[in-house]
Amino acid sequence: MSEVELEMALRADVKAAFPMLVETYQDALYRFGLRLTGNSHDAEEVAQDAFVRAFRWLLANSPPGEGQLKAWLYQVTLNVFRNRVRKPKLPTAALDAAELVRGDDGLEPATAAAAAETRAELAQVLSRLPLRYREAVVLRHVEDLTYPEMAAVLARPEGTVKSDVHRGLGLLRAALAETREEVLV
Amino acid sequence: MTETEILEKLEELREVRAPAGLRANTLLATGLADAYFPLETPLGRLYVAHNPRGLSAVLHARSPQDFERAFQAELGRLAVPQDPPPKLEATLREWLRGDHRHKLRFDLRGLGEFQQAVLFKALEIPYGQIRPYSWIAREIGRPKAVRAVGTALAHNPIPLFIPCHRVVRTDGHLGNYSLIGPEAKRTVLEAEGVAVDDLVRLADSGIRYFGSDTTHIFCFPTCRYNKTLTPRHKVQFTSEAAARAAGYRPCKICKPSCAESYADGDPRVTAS
Repeated sequence: MSEVELEMALRADVKAAFPMLVETYQDALYRFGLRLTGNSHDAEEVAQDAFVRAFRWLLANSPPGEGQLKAWLYQVTLNVFRNRVRKPKLPTAALDAAELVRGDDGLEPATAAAAAETRAELAQVLSRLPLRYREAVVLRHVEDLTYPEMAAVLARPEGTVKSDVHRGLGLLRAALAETREEVLV
Repeated sequence: MTETEILEKLEELREVRAPAGLRANTLLATGLADAYFPLETPLGRLYVAHNPRGLSAVLHARSPQDFERAFQAELGRLAVPQDPPPKLEATLREWLRGDHRHKLRFDLRGLGEFQQAVLFKALEIPYGQIRPYSWIAREIGRPKAVRAVGTALAHNPIPLFIPCHRVVRTDGHLGNYSLIGPEAKRTVLEAEGVAVDDLVRLADSGIRYFGSDTTHIFCFPTCRYNKTLTPRHKVQFTSEAAARAAGYRPCKICKPSCAESYADGDPRVTAS
């Protein structure tokens, strides 16, 4: 179901439309949570909390303006995540086994294993970036949001968001180079 | 890694699907769905739905999907499969054996006041006993609403645990049953130890009540008080009037007295 259709359905009847909202955005919010927290357990909790909060808000208020549902849901998820980080530390993200075993179709097993390893490593390094840059890189390059959408989600000017993404990618590259060296030593 | 490689790898991080439990848990947490599980009963496999308020539905269905459809059609909420909470499952099994020491809670939201009164009254009928529709009507203070009592019981959302099967026609015949059909009613009652054939035979011969010629009390045939009666002291009545005329009073446990006899100024009451 498209964003616009969902928005219309929510305006008509929140309770009837909300299950469809969950269907439509569960992969996105879970993935967003996974890339921010670095582990599937926290990701599931973050996504579920975000949905529950979104539901309560929608029951009491009218849905966000036209074409803003998706950005708003990311915003709610981000708030849930930030609240958790602020509270007693999230348990350190354990490397997800799922990430390591998943192979790539059409690749030789050895290559697939290497690719999966790189991916897991990247996910790990990403989940340790400073919050500000982690959020920016994930929203732009994993979630594929546009800069105007990101500016709305993060409540920062587009220029700031762009430079955060740039800075975040730089930090990511540096951190990856570092872990590589550690492995070599 | 070059920046291009990093961007490619970041894109690969998109290949993630939400775990199966996320949707279900979200719908449960928002109250948009009830949890359900299959339960083996004397009537075969039934499906039991529940939420934090209590049991919300018991239905017969050919498959989980059929159950989900029927549940949504009747209650307007979704149902998601979950493992049964061990305590609840244990209590349900106890109830099916007639052991009511643990309480069950029922979610009867959406039902009218009258129907709720009927269902709560049905809950008072002990395991292995039966009462007529007119008994419920009189007990809830609506003696003329016998037919409406039948309708309310026919739409019992939680059959078996709210024992609408223990309510039968005033002439002693079993009457209809919402769950599966009339034969199922017999099956459940027999599973509770009710001698259905004997009762039907009794009803056919017009017997409605038993009395004791030592205490001069009369009861419904399935009242537990009757079990203590020896055949020598057992008397039969075809009507309450006959029992009262013989100088018998209604039992205080099964309360067999019919509506009109409770009305003020009823000649039979004042006469006795």
